[in-house]
Amino acid sequence: MVVTDIPTKIVYERPEALDPRVTHYCPGCTHGVAHRLVAEALDEMGEVENTIGVASVGCSVFAYNYFNIDFVEAAHGRAPAMATGIKRVLPDRLVFTYQGDGDLASIGMGEIVGAASRGEQITVIFINNATYGMTGGQMAPTSLPGQVTSSSPTGRDVTRQGHPIQTAELLSTLTGSSYIVRRSLHNFRETRRAKKAIRTAFEVQKQGLGFSLVELLSNCPTNWGMSAVESRDWIEERMLAFYPLGDYKVSSAVADIKI
Amino acid sequence: MAKELIKGNTAVAEAALRAGLEAYFGYPITPQSELLEHLSGRMPELGRPFVQAESELGAINMVYGAACTGKRVMTSSSSPGVSLMMEGLSYIAGTEVPMVLVDVVRGGPGLGNIAPAQGDYNQIVHGGGHGDYRIIVLAPSSVQEAVDLTALAFDLADKYRAITCIMLDGSIGQMMEPAEIPPMQPLKTDIPDWAVRGARDGEKRLLTSINLDPPAQEAMNLRLMTRWQAIERNEVRYKGYYLDDADFVVVGFGTAGRISLSAVRAAREKGLKVGLLRPITVAPFPNTVLDELTEKVEGFLVVEMNAGQMLEDVRLMVRGRKPVEFFGRMGGVVPFPDEVLTEIERLVKGPRTTDGHPRDRWLARLAETIG
Amino acid sequence: MQQEVIIAGFGGQGVLFAGQLLAYAGMDEGKEVTWIPSYGPEMRGGTANCTVVISDEEIGSPFVKNPAAVIAMNLPSLDKYEHLVREGGTLVVNLSIVDRQVTRDDIQVVNIPANEIAEAIGSKRAVNMVMIGALLGNMDLLSLEALEAALEEHLPERHQKFLDANKEALRRGAAYQPGEPVKA
Repeated sequence: MVVTDIPTKIVYERPEALDPRVTHYCPGCTHGVAHRLVAEALDEMGEVENTIGVASVGCSVFAYNYFNIDFVEAAHGRAPAMATGIKRVLPDRLVFTYQGDGDLASIGMGEIVGAASRGEQITVIFINNATYGMTGGQMAPTSLPGQVTSSSPTGRDVTRQGHPIQTAELLSTLTGSSYIVRRSLHNFRETRRAKKAIRTAFEVQKQGLGFSLVELLSNCPTNWGMSAVESRDWIEERMLAFYPLGDYKVSSAVADIKI
Repeated sequence: MAKELIKGNTAVAEAALRAGLEAYFGYPITPQSELLEHLSGRMPELGRPFVQAESELGAINMVYGAACTGKRVMTSSSSPGVSLMMEGLSYIAGTEVPMVLVDVVRGGPGLGNIAPAQGDYNQIVHGGGHGDYRIIVLAPSSVQEAVDLTALAFDLADKYRAITCIMLDGSIGQMMEPAEIPPMQPLKTDIPDWAVRGARDGEKRLLTSINLDPPAQEAMNLRLMTRWQAIERNEVRYKGYYLDDADFVVVGFGTAGRISLSAVRAAREKGLKVGLLRPITVAPFPNTVLDELTEKVEGFLVVEMNAGQMLEDVRLMVRGRKPVEFFGRMGGVVPFPDEVLTEIERLVKGPRTTDGHPRDRWLARLAETIG
Repeated sequence: MQQEVIIAGFGGQGVLFAGQLLAYAGMDEGKEVTWIPSYGPEMRGGTANCTVVISDEEIGSPFVKNPAAVIAMNLPSLDKYEHLVREGGTLVVNLSIVDRQVTRDDIQVVNIPANEIAEAIGSKRAVNMVMIGALLGNMDLLSLEALEAALEEHLPERHQKFLDANKEALRRGAAYQPGEPVKA
């Protein structure tokens, strides 16, 4: 057997900000992808030893186990308030929350609107998977009209159960917000764009430009009752129509950020 | 340092600031708003964070976040607002981070009114938030005492990684009295090892109240309760008046305590050997002195601005050995000393009993008075 | 020795400040004092009152049912407090806007046309000081000098230009003899 000396190049490795352990997330769930994107951004910016994360309540309640950074765990919906408290006393640290849609857009709507309107110098990673994952797939504030969930068994009836909340659009109307975008994790192209948005959001905070939030359309194969591949198609076919991807608020100072 | 005539709310705010308060988060509510207003000017002057939150929920969770960094932090509110904070208080207790809460209690339940009351005793002293935890509760009865206890509140919170509540009532918050506020202390520079800081020393820290494994949760509960036992041993504070030769003792805290003092003096003028026990810490409760008094005296009168909440703690210690009677006014009605004097005279004159419940007897009398 | 004063009137008559001034003067004389307002949810108008206790020892109740003195700045205040003044106590009534006589005869009553006196010295808003002066002139509570010193010390900066008028109002109130015509 002839061994030739092939030059090697590392094309993939675990970010320093990510802890080497198996997550509790279901197979095919995009939480792991979102975690990795956050970790990559912190690595690239050299902020691993300068960041405090605020975990929320929901499937990502254990997010703190998977990051190699300081973490605190908030009460349901209150992560933006907790992040405010931390950021105000440690203004030179990077502070971010990682929240799901039930946490942020239902029980925590007061706290997220308060933080955004104050222009709080924090970053919010907002996972929108149109369901309450952890508690077993109940209807979320983001569930689509007609979507079958364990608490809307015949499909979300908007006349009875109200309409979904479009968070990025809503928060972008606040004068205090600086960078509000929606991205998706359903394919590679969009995932790369999501990564760039997360990096930009952290840069916004680092440069003191105000409140930043990245909404990530995500899946929940288990509670949606689909395979991982089907769930990604469902994002593309169903969610994108109601939750268009795009930049909803980019303040002029933020527009100048080059990554 | 000269005394100044100052409102209770303002005095507590300034005392907190001088005790090294590093961040304040609050929400306006009567009758505590002067506290928030004072700090809204003073904190930014000193370059310290002040945030008027979107709600009491927001405020307490901002405190939670800031407390996780090991800094001296505080919030203040009044009864309905404190109810909203109960969730956060439970989390803070479960995460074992220190903070100071000021509750300027008003009449309730519900929206109630903005008059002085003590109806939050059970909520503050015996929980309110979910789970097994206790908080240290200081109950000043004057502006000067409120000032002195404010500095103590921060020290106790730091020492025991605990929540310390300064429980005022609307009248102490709104009253002006001469008080001397201690000079400005430097901010704390030593960051406790447990505090999050962004892993700047290369060590990752996690602060959470979650404990999915019941035995691990139980071990944490045990730690909290053991710490509480130390607090009970070390931190009981009270003030006694005319107790040395007293045959009867009035027990009252805060404003009810000082109103009772006037009544006790009037009783003394009438030759009645009556004393006053005024708990300054209502949690931990001054059990030992109460136990000793029970052996010595012929009966107790508990006076509160509620329906007899501390009364149950007194009864628990007296354990039926001596008669206990109760007098209270509720809903923001403040008793006058002569009402308390009448109750003292009734107790002294007798007949006295250890049967039945003092609250039932009081309610029957009250129904006749206010019908 | 403990003395208590309740001052009551319309919001805007300077009731709360008048009480604070008594408390300041008492404090500066080395006494124990408390000042407590009755506070309502209304931000403007309505009735206002405050209770001031001045004592040689630690003050018990800051609330007093039967005070040693009452200053009634208007009719509703007289109606509310007349029967509560302690026997032998002092009741100062603003005769300018109260159109009835005090019915009790077991207390000292000082009827004074406070509005007219304040107007006569060109300071309509000093009615509260006239009333305080009238109390001090008829009750052994605090010296007029102590009150004037407290005024100098504690009158808010923006009102310092009214200092002399306020002092004059105090003196006029203290010197007023019942029934005497108001001099310009």
